[in-house]
Amino acid sequence: MLLIHCPVCGEDRPETEFTYAGEAHIARPSNPDTLSDADWAQFLFYRTNPRGIHAERWRHTHGCGRFFNALRDSVSDKFIQTYPAGTPRPATAKPENAQ
Amino acid sequence: MSKFSFFEIMRKALNHNEDWQRQWADPEPKKDYDIIIIGGGGHGLGTACYLAKEHGLTNIAVLEKGWIGGGNTGRNTTIIRSNYLYDESAALYDHSVRLWEGLSQDLNYNVMFSQRGVMMLAHTDHDRHSFQRHIHANRLNGIDNEWLDAGQAQDYCPALDISPAARYPVIGAALQRRGGVARHDAVAWGYARAASECGVHIIQNCEVTNITRHANGSVSGVETSRGFIGAKKIAVVAAGNTSNVMRMAGVRMPLESYPLQALVSEPLKPVIPCVIMSNSVHAYISQSDKGELVIGAGTDQYVSYSQTGSLPVISHTLEAICELFPIFRRVRMMRSWGGIVDVTPDRSPIIGETPVPGLFVNCGWGTGGFKATPGSAHVFAHHLATGTPHPVNAPFTLKRFETGRLIDEAAAAAVAH
Amino acid sequence: MSDFRIPGRGMVDPGQPCTLVFDGKRYDGLAGDSVASALLANGVHLVGRSYKYHRPRGILSAGSEEPNALIAQDRGDGRFDPNSRATMQELYDGLECQSQNRFPSLAHDIGAINDLAAPLFSAGFYYKTFMWPKSAWRKLYEPVIRRMAGLGKAPDAPDPDHYSTRYHHCDVLIAGGGVAGLASALAAADSGADVVLCDEHAVWGGSLCGNQTDIIDGLSAQDWIAGTIADLQSRANVLLLPRTTCYAYYAQNYLGLCERLSDHVRHPDTTTPRQRLWQIRARRVILATGALERPLVFPGNDRPGVMLASAARICLDRYGVLVGRKIVIFAAEDSAYGTALELASVGAKVTIVDLRPETAIAPDPLHACRKADIPVLAGHVMTGTKGRLRITQASICAHQDGVFGPERHLACDAMLMAGGWTPTLHLYSQSRGKVVWDPERKIFIPGPPVQDEQSVGAARGTLGLQDTLAESFAAGLASGRAAIGGRKGRKRVIIATETAERGTGFLGAVPLPHAKIHARAFVDFQHDVTSKDIKLAVREGFHSIEHVKRYTTTGMATDQGKTSNMHGLAIAAHQLGKDIPAVGLTTFRQPYTPVTFGALVGYHQDALFDPRRKTPTHDRAVALGAVFEPVGLWLRALYFPKGTETRHQAVHRECLATRQSVGLFDASTLGKIEIVGPDAATFMELLYTNPWQKLPVGRCRYGVMLREDGFVFDDGVVARLAPNRFHVTTTTGGAPRVLAHMEDYLQTEFPHLKLRLTSTTEQWATLAINGPRARDVVAKIVDDIDVSAHALPHMAARCGHVLGGIPARLFRISFTGETGFEINVPAAYGAALWDALMLAGAEFGITPYGTETMHVLRAEKGYIITGQDTDGTVTPIDAGLGWAIGKAKRDFVGKRSLARPDIIATERRKHLVGLKTLDPMIVLQEGAQIVLDPNQPIPMTMSGHVTSAYHSPVLGRSIALALVENGHNRMGETVFIPMPDTVIRAEICSTVFYDPTGERLNG
Repeated sequence: MLLIHCPVCGEDRPETEFTYAGEAHIARPSNPDTLSDADWAQFLFYRTNPRGIHAERWRHTHGCGRFFNALRDSVSDKFIQTYPAGTPRPATAKPENAQ
Repeated sequence: MSKFSFFEIMRKALNHNEDWQRQWADPEPKKDYDIIIIGGGGHGLGTACYLAKEHGLTNIAVLEKGWIGGGNTGRNTTIIRSNYLYDESAALYDHSVRLWEGLSQDLNYNVMFSQRGVMMLAHTDHDRHSFQRHIHANRLNGIDNEWLDAGQAQDYCPALDISPAARYPVIGAALQRRGGVARHDAVAWGYARAASECGVHIIQNCEVTNITRHANGSVSGVETSRGFIGAKKIAVVAAGNTSNVMRMAGVRMPLESYPLQALVSEPLKPVIPCVIMSNSVHAYISQSDKGELVIGAGTDQYVSYSQTGSLPVISHTLEAICELFPIFRRVRMMRSWGGIVDVTPDRSPIIGETPVPGLFVNCGWGTGGFKATPGSAHVFAHHLATGTPHPVNAPFTLKRFETGRLIDEAAAAAVAH
Repeated sequence: MSDFRIPGRGMVDPGQPCTLVFDGKRYDGLAGDSVASALLANGVHLVGRSYKYHRPRGILSAGSEEPNALIAQDRGDGRFDPNSRATMQELYDGLECQSQNRFPSLAHDIGAINDLAAPLFSAGFYYKTFMWPKSAWRKLYEPVIRRMAGLGKAPDAPDPDHYSTRYHHCDVLIAGGGVAGLASALAAADSGADVVLCDEHAVWGGSLCGNQTDIIDGLSAQDWIAGTIADLQSRANVLLLPRTTCYAYYAQNYLGLCERLSDHVRHPDTTTPRQRLWQIRARRVILATGALERPLVFPGNDRPGVMLASAARICLDRYGVLVGRKIVIFAAEDSAYGTALELASVGAKVTIVDLRPETAIAPDPLHACRKADIPVLAGHVMTGTKGRLRITQASICAHQDGVFGPERHLACDAMLMAGGWTPTLHLYSQSRGKVVWDPERKIFIPGPPVQDEQSVGAARGTLGLQDTLAESFAAGLASGRAAIGGRKGRKRVIIATETAERGTGFLGAVPLPHAKIHARAFVDFQHDVTSKDIKLAVREGFHSIEHVKRYTTTGMATDQGKTSNMHGLAIAAHQLGKDIPAVGLTTFRQPYTPVTFGALVGYHQDALFDPRRKTPTHDRAVALGAVFEPVGLWLRALYFPKGTETRHQAVHRECLATRQSVGLFDASTLGKIEIVGPDAATFMELLYTNPWQKLPVGRCRYGVMLREDGFVFDDGVVARLAPNRFHVTTTTGGAPRVLAHMEDYLQTEFPHLKLRLTSTTEQWATLAINGPRARDVVAKIVDDIDVSAHALPHMAARCGHVLGGIPARLFRISFTGETGFEINVPAAYGAALWDALMLAGAEFGITPYGTETMHVLRAEKGYIITGQDTDGTVTPIDAGLGWAIGKAKRDFVGKRSLARPDIIATERRKHLVGLKTLDPMIVLQEGAQIVLDPNQPIPMTMSGHVTSAYHSPVLGRSIALALVENGHNRMGETVFIPMPDTVIRAEICSTVFYDPTGERLNG
């Protein structure tokens, strides 16, 4: 059971209060109609899926209900940092395709 | 290499089993190969085997970073069935079941394919509609799948609780009698032995660290923990790590990797004669020939390569099993483990070409890859050898995520109302 | 007194005799015994049969690592436990158990015939045979193999016990209550930290439990342990959990513990849980899990009467039981000498056979043994044993540098093996720590900690008692202080002495003279894996230890290799000519010892498996005899049978009553979301395909919601109650995911929009009144809402009051095609509204109807049910909902995906259409497949499937909805539905079967 720090509540809470919501920083294109099929597919389906630091979204479903972002090591499952949705990825961590 | 048989066992026993030979060779890697297969699981070894046996291509290496069969081949719950809804999936998985049916004899290696039946339980009207849709589609595709009422389901598996008072009473089941289980390790070993006999190089403890490309963009070889190895074609069959291997060639994939946990109980005398699956209650169970109850469920919720998984998932799986089988609460979990599965957006695999010339991929099997091992390997070998897809794997392109022609079995079984 | 009980020894209570019944025979035991010790007290060693060869097996150990002594225990009423370790099961008076895996009896087991053919059953033999004829595997070989394998029987009745779960946080969790754990707990408690100490046994002290000869702080070990426990018990900041196995170590110092509460009680209080699962989050963890003694691998090492030296010591110290009168100890390290002295002190005739040359034996214990007239044969190896059901003779010969002396035979009734100590690294390894090979001591030890954790004592390879205590005190204090950031506590210094310190021991198969190399020396007792099997696996190319394990099945039995893995590894390494670490170590998987499913399930069983959601009028439906169906977590009334009506008859009646007069339907399960804010309409425009900006206040609209991939996700009627307020309804099962979907877009993609989303599903009871007399009924219960056709046209929405002051939202909407109203009142008034409507409708014969009638009525009108008539692959255009797409909208979720090439290829898309069977009495089966050419061979090309099919009472014929390839352009065409025994013909038609002009709806 992971312990996740909700940046909104300011609390460490168990994983079962949260819902995972996929890779972070994949913004919905503001003008979807102008995208090619290939680019639209990239937005819809293609993911970094790194072995290492993963920027991802979580929702504190059984808490404040807010979505937020997290950097987590996908090999050790260790959370490096959580941060509010809409803020840029913190620069401290290694690049996402770190092996 | 000697042929395996009871006679051979007797003969070797006379000399204290001292005369058995290696089941597969352990060669040093050559400078280059016609085809390099990255990943020594069942799908990769099977691909090599069929390339050699059916297409006469033997200048092939299978590179495995650890030990063969150590990934999802050796970690799954070995369920085999082909009662899929869509024509594309049904064709693929039934191609596989047909190969399973002769695999022990083809490989001269007992993979213990046991057609004891796969029974999927219906708990709601929605389940019943969904299963009947499958049963009708399967029948017209020539695939066995039949509806059982609750009593018939219990006749087939007497330990099943069909009490109407259950939280999710069993109202019936879909049974594929040709479905079953097999011995997972034997699949890897059997393919390895057969491929090695044909001259395929199986190279363990050889981790690929980079995929190199010619100036024209096509692949030229791989850098590995044992040096550079050249290749005309490269096939990535690295379930659980596909995104990262493909990234070496600069290819981004529509995949996410999740831990999938499984567990076995202490061994018991026979009590579950078939495979039982319940999508509504969310678990599946069979019993190995050793007597262990083999139990699994869905993936953990977050992307991870940790192979650990978390306690709530295991607990929830066992809640479901005890809901279906209240007699098992006193049985003990003996061992639990996790594997990493690569999941595509439509939960169907990707088998075929990539944007990089000479680079092929076979991935995205999610939680259901083991059952497809022979079929997947067989059609992938065809595609690799001939350069054109086998009709069975033709729909499973990477391109479908652009065009929208998805093959979404899970969505077809959407929960209703 | 039983033959082998030593009066005055052990922690058993001579004043409390307990009877044990094993395989139908009664034995005397004492309170404090284990089943194993009670049997040994009666001279019984034979307790089980092995897995493959069905060889007679005795008790090997005194702990949870026991591979042989597995028993089945039947406590009645469904309380049947297979595969219980006799060494761990505490005795209570009248305990009944049986041996397993034997027929007809333990002493005479037919399965033992396998043992004669053992050369044929070498490692992996089954991969090489049983392949001919092809069908025989499933029909003949496999059933036989399955019956032979499998150890205990499965329970055959539901478990009547219940299990509990507890979540706990502590500063320091200490796993293992031996001396290391106790010392750690004392020191950690001194620091002021909250401490949890657990041990799998009922009594504390681990391998020193009951030990009277080793001295700690001037006291016997037994007395020191008792004093320490008393001290710990007196402290408010210490929680002691005996009978509690710490079985798993997860990420972030989260550990799983299983406490056995009643397995040792004769008549458990049924209100008490049987077992309790503790899930503990600890700031610091101390692993004091000790070490397990290894057997030695030599021919005949599996005979009953051959056991671990440590087990014999515990039998004497803890249970006051001597395991034999004439005992041979086969030793490879020094601690066995202490055991020898103890056994001799109570009258056993002991001989020590030591694998090592005399120079390698610690002088003090050696001399002590010689002084006590214990013969020590140094530099000897065990070459075999004799005795069918119990060891009677040990064969030995001297050896030095590969030269073997003549074989000699020693008569004995027990043999003890002292092969050395393997640190218990399971929890450390599960914490993701990487074990490190110590070539000096030939053990794996914990490497650097990965989590906030530390190993102490034998678990980290520390051998001596003094060192163990010192490092445990230090670790306890440091952990406690670190956990709470304090400085309390003190450094403890304690002097401890022991008769003989543990040593390194021996790994692998012992050297043997040439004549013996084909004899079977067992590595994994339960699975009957011999050293030859491991060598064979290596010969056949299985070089990774994981391959060796899987090919030979060593380490895969119920003990998971606790006593066998290191030997297996050493034998494989030796055969490969590699160092042990180069061959690798198999993973330490969870759990440490098997955990019952019940404990892992906890409270989540039976009625608490999943909650049952009931609507505010559930009791009213129950009173009317409704039959319910589960829909998601909800229970919904499926139909309301009267008298002996069948489902079909009831639905027929309900349908006609609603079409002809008025029906009442509980729609409370529909999801409801309140969307409020200045940007509510803008948000609606983005989330739904429909346009919303121009929807007038007081009007409803049917909305369609897509996923970003363009497929229909949910639908429902939406009412605009104010310019900035929408009352949104969703499907019953879809409510949570629709809200999550909306929140996701609101919070992350459109955070600039000002609005709030609130789930109001439970706030409102929703009753639907449909039928030509619906207005007459509703008019009788409204206070301040004009429900006339003119004032409240179809799709109008009003807020007002009903039943004399109850606030209500009233929508003129219909899912039946009749004049329809949906009245929402606060949930607490739901039942009152139901009663009022039933009363008001009585004169019209108002008829409650269930979901099945609802399905028929809506299908007659061609209204879809998301998830039935659509699945996750249907676009709104496919579903005939193209009209619900706001063509002028620049963007909405899913819009772009609708423009992908395979989505706009109309001729290949499956469209929702109506189907009329040519024979109007045939009701198609939902899910039946549709083909254009019924005469084609299998596999057929299928062009669609039936999504909904009913007999329509009002039309007197069958109707169906179907998804058919290019169906919108095939109106009037005949299609075929091939059934197993016949082919049904049907005509493609409009989805609207009844009142296509909508006169009834608008009336």
